[in-house]
Amino acid sequence: MKIVISAISPDLDSVIDPRFGRAAYFVVVDTNTLEWQSYPNPGANASGGAGTQAAQYIARLGAGVVVSGDFGPNAYNALDAADIAMYLLGTSQTVREAVENYKADQLASASAPTSPGHHQR
Amino acid sequence: MRIAVASGKGGTGKTTIAASLALSLTEAGTLPIFLDGDVEAPNAHLFLNPTFEKRQEVAIQIPQVDDDKCTYCGKCAEVCQYHAIVMMGRKTLVFPQLCHGCGSCARVCPEHAIRETPQVIGVLERGPARSGIPFARGMLNIGEPMAVPVIRQLKHWIEPRAGQLEILDAPPGTSCPVVESMRGADFILLVTEPTPFGLHDLRLAVQVAHELKIPIGVVINRDGIGDDRVDAFCQSEGLPILMRVPFERAIAEGIARGKTLVDIHPEYTDRFRQLFMQIAALQ
Repeated sequence: MKIVISAISPDLDSVIDPRFGRAAYFVVVDTNTLEWQSYPNPGANASGGAGTQAAQYIARLGAGVVVSGDFGPNAYNALDAADIAMYLLGTSQTVREAVENYKADQLASASAPTSPGHHQR
Repeated sequence: MRIAVASGKGGTGKTTIAASLALSLTEAGTLPIFLDGDVEAPNAHLFLNPTFEKRQEVAIQIPQVDDDKCTYCGKCAEVCQYHAIVMMGRKTLVFPQLCHGCGSCARVCPEHAIRETPQVIGVLERGPARSGIPFARGMLNIGEPMAVPVIRQLKHWIEPRAGQLEILDAPPGTSCPVVESMRGADFILLVTEPTPFGLHDLRLAVQVAHELKIPIGVVINRDGIGDDRVDAFCQSEGLPILMRVPFERAIAEGIARGKTLVDIHPEYTDRFRQLFMQIAALQ
């Protein structure tokens, strides 16, 4: 199972970036082997639409689960449409901890957007 | 000729200056057109008391994807600069709140699967104001995030006659709506106040005007408060200070009652005419 965690630097022991759309990196981790790969978020500095852009990127990475601190309405609706499950980081500090907490079923799933969003055109 | 009245900082007196300038130029042949481009919070009508006679909705074109025709090629998502249309697996999703209505997605779709439908985001209103000034304003609907199309349409709603002056009261700030308000203007009148806040935002507004390559003049409002750093800045940048309006209780009281500078102090009519002559000379 591949899960994606938003992170401030590109590795497994990175501190989690609590922002989804504007996260610096996405770290994709295989929950069984802990093999991981990181990708810079192409929309980290987008002037707008960062959430939808990041959601599209996550869908292309082929992950079924995302862990982050906050999912705005656009990101939420996009990820939800692709049946990508969203979980909140809870007490997890690092990418590795988030993976462990996810495996231990310790993370709450986001069942609605967690912020009103910052979208502006 | 179009003069855009802008400031950077909010509350410096853009609307007061713009309305006073318009009222000072009503006797010189053709009446100036007044455009209230502060479409998120238009309030020039409080000074100029127009009677609105015409109304027109402003719409942008939002894409609708025909799922039967869509082959999920992703070309629309690729071309969209605003990420308002995205490919989520085998779903093409549209986010109308992010859409600028540019039409690129429909143009690049090889399957002609995208149809554009109008979505109303605001309204234009116009009619004669005080002294017969042709007045128009744009109003962005509550909850709509995009002011630029409303301002763009407002600028082209009234066709000026040959030689007729247009005065556009711009919104505060230095983002897209201000850029759109300044774009196409022949002169930008920047209204500021001699405070650190006024100076900070004046610097930004000057940068925008320079970027657009439009000549600038400065009006210092509430002259006498703060410090002389706005003066020093204008001097070092070679920006002409075209008028100073003192910080004065009678002016503040008059404005609070919806009066313009020329109502409060009739001698301002001449000062604004001179201001306009200076602008014409700087062209």
